[in-house]
Amino acid sequence: MNAAEPVLAMRDVAIEIGGARVVDGVSITASAGRIVALVGESGCGKSLTALSILRLLPKAARFTGGTVELGGRVLSAMSEEQLAGVRGDEVAIIFQEPIASLNPLMRAGEQVEEALRLHRGLGSAEARREAIAMMTRVGISDAERRAEQYPFELSGGMCQRIMIAAALICRPKLLIADEPTTALDVTIQAQILDLMRDLRQSAGTAILVITHDMGVVADLADDVCIMYGGRIVESGPVDAIFEEPRHPYTKLLLATIPKLDGPRKVDLKTIAGVVPAAGTWPDGCRFRNRCPLADEACATVPPLVEVGPDHDTACWHSTRVAELA
Amino acid sequence: MALAESPQPLLQVRDLKVHFPLRGAHKDATVKAVDGISFDVPAGRTVAIVGESGCGKSTTAYAVLGLEKPTSGQVLFDGRDITHLRGRDRQALASEMQIVFQDPSAALDPKMTIGDSVAEPLAIAGRPRQERRRRVAELLDRVGLSQTFAARLPNALSGGQRQRVVIARALALSPRLLVLDEPVSALDVSIRSQILNLLLELQRDLGLTYLFISHDLSVVRHIADDALVLYLGTIAERGPVDALFEAPRHPYTQALLSAIPLPDPARQRRRERIVLKGELPSALDPPVGCPFIGRCPISIDRCARVRPPLVPCPTGTEAACHVRAPADGGVVGL
Ligand SMILES: Nc1ncnc2c1ncn2[C@@H]1O[C@H](COP(=O)(O)OP(=O)(O)OP(=O)(O)O)[C@@H](O)[C@H]1O
Ligand SMILES: Nc1ncnc2c1ncn2[C@@H]1O[C@H](COP(=O)(O)OP(=O)(O)OP(=O)(O)O)[C@@H](O)[C@H]1O
Ligand code: SF4
Ligand SMILES: [Mg+2]
Ligand SMILES: [Mg+2]
Repeated sequence: MNAAEPVLAMRDVAIEIGGARVVDGVSITASAGRIVALVGESGCGKSLTALSILRLLPKAARFTGGTVELGGRVLSAMSEEQLAGVRGDEVAIIFQEPIASLNPLMRAGEQVEEALRLHRGLGSAEARREAIAMMTRVGISDAERRAEQYPFELSGGMCQRIMIAAALICRPKLLIADEPTTALDVTIQAQILDLMRDLRQSAGTAILVITHDMGVVADLADDVCIMYGGRIVESGPVDAIFEEPRHPYTKLLLATIPKLDGPRKVDLKTIAGVVPAAGTWPDGCRFRNRCPLADEACATVPPLVEVGPDHDTACWHSTRVAELA
Repeated sequence: MALAESPQPLLQVRDLKVHFPLRGAHKDATVKAVDGISFDVPAGRTVAIVGESGCGKSTTAYAVLGLEKPTSGQVLFDGRDITHLRGRDRQALASEMQIVFQDPSAALDPKMTIGDSVAEPLAIAGRPRQERRRRVAELLDRVGLSQTFAARLPNALSGGQRQRVVIARALALSPRLLVLDEPVSALDVSIRSQILNLLLELQRDLGLTYLFISHDLSVVRHIADDALVLYLGTIAERGPVDALFEAPRHPYTQALLSAIPLPDPARQRRRERIVLKGELPSALDPPVGCPFIGRCPISIDRCARVRPPLVPCPTGTEAACHVRAPADGGVVGL
């Protein structure tokens, strides 16, 4: 892999389900050692975007445009066989639903070892030793005993950590983590986030992390992509996104969260209306039926334009977003 | 003139224990889901129960509502012992206390219209049709839903709208106490603040009392007056929210607070985090002494032998910790 090449480059990716463009022109770049957060509400297209990287889209969904490159190689043009060599080795993925993505018939330890045996050709004793060590690092106490258990014998949080251990064990070039800590308690979450930071430091892994938790974004990410209605509406360095959001959705989203040092018991900011179901977005800017700045201009799709260093937003009125205090 | 006395709390929980006997492979074992907790909920206030998954939050709520049978201890409502009320007597309490569950989709019958769902408690209480219709209109208005929703089915509503319906139904019989078990956890971020605002507004307007369960400490700090931090079925620390968040004394509360990532990258980078080792031990086999001992960074010998009592701290909370809140007031160890 060429060092100058970004590890992941998605360009203009489009995905359709039943005629609706549920992912519409999404571009995301992640370089070695960078953590990119993909943020947005339920149904906005985060998981589909992530799944499309390794061509793991559900049957109902069609990849209708764009390219995905891994270190300069076009993944979207690879054969199934070539892709299988990439999965679990160069690219690891932590799925949103741990129970569904673990093999119910395989012991936890075997699932963690699998990638090592498959891609690294380790013997079973050595693979087991590394698996136990990794399970301990993701906060599983009594890892030796747990390794012998089947998924149904473990709690949801435990399954989640088994999957995280399985994903991290090959020190992948790219880690895709879909809501990796949403099901976990904050004290365990803190351990997992430390581990991800560690991986990027020691192995130079590029990480694409999907979350709806702005605290996790602030804690972990270098760069942030905010998604709404299947489109990236704003992207930029984490500090710029939090300090000077330039899309009304980003600005309002940040303002709705109760702060640990904010005033108590006062009304929080709200975003009017409901999160629209796929395919029921308005024409033009898909946020405009909930946006306080919307006017006639917004009936045309706003392009992503640069508003600062590496900072882009898709809003006709990005200069007025600061008014939405 | 009558002496000023502090009014009786609406809800009092005294040394509550809920143990589940286990059958099968673990014969004779018991899960000590709730293991001796006491607290008051004053009328018109919000008391929150926080803690990690499996610490006993929901079980406590269910025992208060009579949905789970306490092993020992007492639940007093308005001074009256309701611990063992069952059947018709318990039913009569429906007009005093109601629960709102986490998942609004599971809480609504998919084949029942919104109007019928909201009217259900009124129908069970035998209120006449005319009154039911009027009350449903009132309730929908109260929770910010237009009247057109009455004729719809739940699948035509968003998650936030469904939670409004569930809240409307809980309010139908004008209860004084609402038990809210993770009421916003299943909702989208942009919808959460709408529901939190609604809960605050209802409390202001109707003088409601809330027992509010959540694992989200930012939400708890925002909405509650007092909070209990549970660990393995016992109270690690409790107190007014201000004191608890600004000057926590229990090492678990401190670790929990330090682990919440702040939505502020600059501050988050400067923060010191207390990293706990290990994980929540099982309620199947809790330690003899302090429940927190397996993960505690400051434990002393005594912690393994004696369960620490809740002791008032000068900082305004009560903590159960031999080191941070010694019973004799002196400083042990350190
Ligand atoms: N297998 C499927 N069949 C039909 N529609 C689907 C399928 N998977 C996803 N969708 C739809 O595509 C849209 C995007 O879904 P996606 O799973 O990417 O959302 P998400 O942003 O990951 O949401 P969440 O935060 O809830 O995980 C949604 O509207 C969803 O309903
Ligand atoms: N009916 C039951 N039989 C056996 N054990 C039970 C039963 N109900 C709950 N438990 C156990 O009691 C403990 C407390 O459970 P509870 O549901 O009260 O936790 P919680 O704090 O509400 O957790 P969460 O945040 O995950 O909802 C857990 O260890 C749980 O597995
Ligand atoms: S383009 Fe218009 S509707 Fe969309 S976010 Fe900007 S102001 Fe709001
Ligand atoms: Mg998803
Ligand atoms: Mg619960």
